[in-house]
Amino acid sequence: MLQIEGLRVNYGGIEAVKGISLEVPEGEIVTLIGANGAGKSTILRTVAGLVKPAGGSIRFQGEEIAGLTPDRIVSRGITLVPEGRRVFPDLTVLENLKIGAYLRKDKPYKDLEWVYELFPRLDERSWQTAGTLSGGEQQMLALGRALMSRPKLMMMDEPSLGLAPIIVKGIFDIIREINRQGVTILLIEQNANMALHTASTAYVLETGRLTIKGAGKDLLNDEAVRKAYLG
Amino acid sequence: MGLFDVILPYILSGISVGGQYALIAIGYSMVYGILRLINFAHGDVFMVAGLMMVYLAASLPIYLAAPLVVVLTVALGFLIERAAYKPLRSAPRMSVMISAIGVSYLLQNMALYITGGLNKNYPVIPWISDSITVLGATTKRVTVITPVLMILLVIALMLLINKTKMGMAMRAASRDFETSQLMGVKLNSVISVTFVIGSFLAAIASMLFFSNYPGVIPAAGAMPGLKAFVAAVFGGIGSVAGAVLGGLLIGVCESIIKGMDTILVHSGALQSPLELATFSDAFTFILLIVILVFKPTGLFGEKATEKV
Repeated sequence: MLQIEGLRVNYGGIEAVKGISLEVPEGEIVTLIGANGAGKSTILRTVAGLVKPAGGSIRFQGEEIAGLTPDRIVSRGITLVPEGRRVFPDLTVLENLKIGAYLRKDKPYKDLEWVYELFPRLDERSWQTAGTLSGGEQQMLALGRALMSRPKLMMMDEPSLGLAPIIVKGIFDIIREINRQGVTILLIEQNANMALHTASTAYVLETGRLTIKGAGKDLLNDEAVRKAYLG
Repeated sequence: MGLFDVILPYILSGISVGGQYALIAIGYSMVYGILRLINFAHGDVFMVAGLMMVYLAASLPIYLAAPLVVVLTVALGFLIERAAYKPLRSAPRMSVMISAIGVSYLLQNMALYITGGLNKNYPVIPWISDSITVLGATTKRVTVITPVLMILLVIALMLLINKTKMGMAMRAASRDFETSQLMGVKLNSVISVTFVIGSFLAAIASMLFFSNYPGVIPAAGAMPGLKAFVAAVFGGIGSVAGAVLGGLLIGVCESIIKGMDTILVHSGALQSPLELATFSDAFTFILLIVILVFKPTGLFGEKATEKV
């Protein structure tokens, strides 16, 4: 579904991504793990159109999308749940969800129902401003907001960041549920344990280069990965 | 003649000029809200709207000239943003501000070139320039129309901001550029709409404002622009309601200070006038300093810190 080939990205004067190639097959959960500063976020931000690549190609469903503006990319069915959730704190929960469907011409009632079904908590709080939600609820809102664009591919940047372990488990259950309902997922995580348990394919990224690729379960048992990322 | 009859005309004209400041201040406030830019050229756009009216009304009937002025002013605001601010979108904020100052001087100097620096008489807009009597005070109809029109426009603007999709995108973009782009919001259109609204209100304000004055000079936008800016800061820059309140307050205070001599002499507190009217402009800027010292975020300003 998503094919990245030889992608290079310069960020803040350095080459943050040095010619990586990876593939996200339709219907799967793929994860990218790696230390801080390895270039994980930069890859997702480039696919989403926030950063322009310096070279290489990004193809989505066979079409080149590298360098398109973010709105074009969203309308093709790719969404990014940004790091740190980034909900709009002074918009209500409902408005946050509605703005997720910004590019859609039809009324998104069905999707709203779907999101409320996945996250009943959001339904209860639909009139509250998003700034008053707890961290876990904000992460749910960020996921729900992304789903409102009815994405084919959902990219997630550190969904577990700053959340209590019990909440993290809940978030990952939801991610699996969203995937079961047909959304392909590309996930980056520092919480490698959780990510590898969830993903069918995993890549390890080190300072802008992919070093290891394998099935999530295999990487859990890989000596080098265990040492570097699982402690 | 009672004291009330002496004060009333000053209050009326204060509300009127305050309403005009408010309309200009909204333009400052909205642009700041989204771009974090103090658009120094805004007061000059207001002046250019005045000059356009002078030249267009010379060859066209008012009912054609007035809408044309509004359209051209909106186009000017849009063009300024596209030419002078958009290319600097990822530049430091200070660069954009310097660009805004540049545009301000450009507009003033172009006006100077075209008018030769002479005062251009503002055309009389029939009906709104007629004299009427309110509670015994004689004034121009524009004095009464301004606050009414201002309130109607503000209500329309509030509905736009709070009830429409574009308004939601504006509120989202003013908080977080990047995330709103991830939602598919086209940032450049949202910013353009903000400039269009600001310029539209400035064009309306210029018609109301200059109807009360004999003419337009190239520097005519500077003082009202500055005062509207103070109004926006007072109300909390970024807030539309704040801009309105700030504009009205500054207008009324200024007008009352202008009439202070007459009021004091009439009430017997003073034997002879003290020329207090001279201080009416100073008051506005003292107010600015006081706000910046004691409440930098203004009445309804965004809180400096927030829980996210």
